[in-house]
Amino acid sequence: MTRLNARIPEGPVANKWTSYKSACKLVNPNNKRKLDIIVVGTGLAGASAAASLGELGYKVKVFCYQDSPRRAHSIAAQGGINAAKNYPNDGDSAFRLFYDTIKGGDYRAREANVYRLAQVSNQIIDLCVAQGVPFAREYGGLLANRSFGGAQVSRTFYARGQTGQQLLLGAYSALSRQIALGNVTLFNRRDVLDTVLVDGKARGIIARNLVTGEIERHAAHAVVLASGGYGNVFFLSTNAMGSNVTPAWSAYKKGAMFANPSFTQIHPTCIPVHGDAQSKLTLMSESLRNDGRIWVPRKMADVEKLRTQSIKPSDIPEEDRDYYLERRYPAFGNLVPRDVASRAAKERCDAGFGVGRTGVAVFLDFADAIKRKGHDTIDALYGNLFQMYEQIVAENPYETPMMIYPAVHYTMGGLWVDYDLMTTVPGLFALGECNFSDHGANRLGASALMQGLADGYFILPYTIGNYLAAEIHTPRFNPDASEFTLAAQSVTDRLKQMKSCGGKESVDTFHRRLGKIMWEYCGMARNDAGLTEALYQITELRHEYARGVNIPGGLDEYNPELEKACRVADFIELGELMVRDAQQRKESCGGHFREEYQTSEGEALRNDERFAFVGAWEYKGREIAASLHREELQFNEIKLSQRSYK
Amino acid sequence: MNFKLKIWRQKKAAAKGEMVTYAVSEISSDSSFFEMLDALNQQLITTGGEPVAFDHDCREGICGTCSLYINGRPHGPLKGVTTCQLHMRSFKDGDTIHIEPWRAKAFPIIRDLIVDRSSLDKIIQAGGYVSVNTGGVPDANTIPVPKEKSEAAMDAAACIGCGACVAACSNAAAMLFIGAKVSHLALLPQGKVEAAKRVQKMVACMDELGFGNCSNTYACEAECPKGISVTNIARMNRQFIGAKLFSEREKIVRVSL
Repeated sequence: MTRLNARIPEGPVANKWTSYKSACKLVNPNNKRKLDIIVVGTGLAGASAAASLGELGYKVKVFCYQDSPRRAHSIAAQGGINAAKNYPNDGDSAFRLFYDTIKGGDYRAREANVYRLAQVSNQIIDLCVAQGVPFAREYGGLLANRSFGGAQVSRTFYARGQTGQQLLLGAYSALSRQIALGNVTLFNRRDVLDTVLVDGKARGIIARNLVTGEIERHAAHAVVLASGGYGNVFFLSTNAMGSNVTPAWSAYKKGAMFANPSFTQIHPTCIPVHGDAQSKLTLMSESLRNDGRIWVPRKMADVEKLRTQSIKPSDIPEEDRDYYLERRYPAFGNLVPRDVASRAAKERCDAGFGVGRTGVAVFLDFADAIKRKGHDTIDALYGNLFQMYEQIVAENPYETPMMIYPAVHYTMGGLWVDYDLMTTVPGLFALGECNFSDHGANRLGASALMQGLADGYFILPYTIGNYLAAEIHTPRFNPDASEFTLAAQSVTDRLKQMKSCGGKESVDTFHRRLGKIMWEYCGMARNDAGLTEALYQITELRHEYARGVNIPGGLDEYNPELEKACRVADFIELGELMVRDAQQRKESCGGHFREEYQTSEGEALRNDERFAFVGAWEYKGREIAASLHREELQFNEIKLSQRSYK
Repeated sequence: MNFKLKIWRQKKAAAKGEMVTYAVSEISSDSSFFEMLDALNQQLITTGGEPVAFDHDCREGICGTCSLYINGRPHGPLKGVTTCQLHMRSFKDGDTIHIEPWRAKAFPIIRDLIVDRSSLDKIIQAGGYVSVNTGGVPDANTIPVPKEKSEAAMDAAACIGCGACVAACSNAAAMLFIGAKVSHLALLPQGKVEAAKRVQKMVACMDELGFGNCSNTYACEAECPKGISVTNIARMNRQFIGAKLFSEREKIVRVSL
């Protein structure tokens, strides 16, 4: 029997949010002051939620592992943020944004949540402008838009190639204001290692002070997780080095279900891997696909000459180039969704047409755009990205095409949440990339920023009130209660045990091995045999890790290796769940491509009859397999069809 | 490539620190500076040593977490890049590289190469925002903003808050950091409303936190990985003086009433 109830309001999809807001319970200002909320994470979702809740008068404690809330990895988002403003008069609307997002996600997201996202998107832009976010503007002084993958309208607002940075600094400034006013207390350099439940409700967390090593207990009336995605399970990804699944994973082990863990986004435009010492991958914004054309040589002879450097890319005549996205998808061309573009690159490289030293790269060429628009225009649009590329690769993209290859970038899966963004644990909410709710099996470009800010600024402030209205008689919690003592003790025991196993191999060694398994068997293409092999290898790795990891330094001091050790232990367990999820989903959809299920043209082949559901996993214990719950997806507004970008 | 590294080691804030020499070998010229330090740390872990603690996160030049004085320069020898964007191809094989933490009174050392930069957060908390709440704001296109103004605001807003300007300054001043935020907001109509109050509060906070005065050497601009211009300091000074005069005048008017 399923325990999942998404609690979607009744009525037509366009009215659900309005009717929810008119009917939801409210907390009066006097009572808000008596209610504590913990927010974990200070990216777009966490910072915007903490600031907005502080403005409303709740007492908020906000946690981040970074030295400053401004450094959360939302800062690295480059391209832009979508909104259905329709400023360019090109036919956009909330319905179209909703439609594109559902279709882009290959029909594996919940209609009601996505429609709400599209509805509040415009408010985000208004608020950000009021905060002083310096979005790009036209000469008339009004806001500029550009187009992005998976859409035929221009609905993306941007601040050069630093949109995430500017939006995060906006949310950070609002957060800073609330900190100064005393409504929010900041706990930086903290790792949140456990979620504490009292009588079945989330009532607090256990955090480790990364500077002193102290294990701290923090209590509240509700806990909000906005701790981001888990792409670092692959070791190499575009995530920050510290990005981790630990807060979400601790919640999973306390009863919050984890939905669609195998839905991972492999971003098509990243700088290719250079070698074994590589520690992370760098994204080149999708916005580059607006003007860059992706190609590989058509003739094998040219591929070989490129590799021996006997010719330059520009020596290959137009007719000998294979602009494979334009060839395969004439309607969307280089602007097909990310999963489609990534797989197409893999297909060409697997067929032997890859370029670069390793043969695992394709060209992203700006020569035509520079000719058409001029050097200065291209510089104004992408200058900082070109500079970043040149810094890493030591080649000038104005003169020679960029080389790119897909890399792990975003995770659509996450904690299962209902319409209120509440997990299966009462009082525990999940926002932004940390939840599963809006992107289905593939996220469209410029939608992560939109979702993070929608959740934090405009959705949670309403839905958390609906929950807290019943908590106004609950006095402030005492973190000395036995539940907190037990949780703190188990965290301490776990750290001691990991530290004392006395192994030889470093944490990174294990992490790299995990990454290789995940990339090979649970990456851009998956199959049953490979997934079975992955499961076996990960189990082995988990046992080896438990007896063989070497963590230098002490528990009660600044110890980066210990931090990594906790994160990697959780990644190994998560990896196992991802593989199980990929194995049970016997269809291809979005970023989840099962080789057994494809059309004759090599496109993803969904099975709506059997798999139009959200797969939510319930933790059952250390050596016991997690159990799968299904939330059947109802499509009332949109007819399911095979995605076509031809 | 092979390198000799001289690195500042300090167990904790209260402990005494010292420069310690290490050697690393077989480093790829394509490796980033941090990948080279990763290699050193792996070497230290396997030989029973304690890895060097350093701040880093996004490794793509935008989060501002990384710091490091490399051969006496914040973020190393290249102009316009952060430490994490520095590659070993920028050094010569066999080089000796000196690596130290940011040195400033307002940035106490936590461990090895890691410093506490919360003072920069405190400065923002003092006034680096527009006082609007979520909800109840006008449509984004209600107030047109001249493109030049918005571009200039963006130039200033590109600051990543790494603190290289403070580390570069002989007086450890945070003028470029504050100047960037004050300018970013004052250039936009949305931020203009509180501009006078903002600059005064932020400057007062900076003084309290133990940052020095502007040294007028422009070292901050030279070492800023994002190329934030010192014209932002000039703009801040104008704003500050204007605000002071205005507030004095306001007092007089109030008294005379």
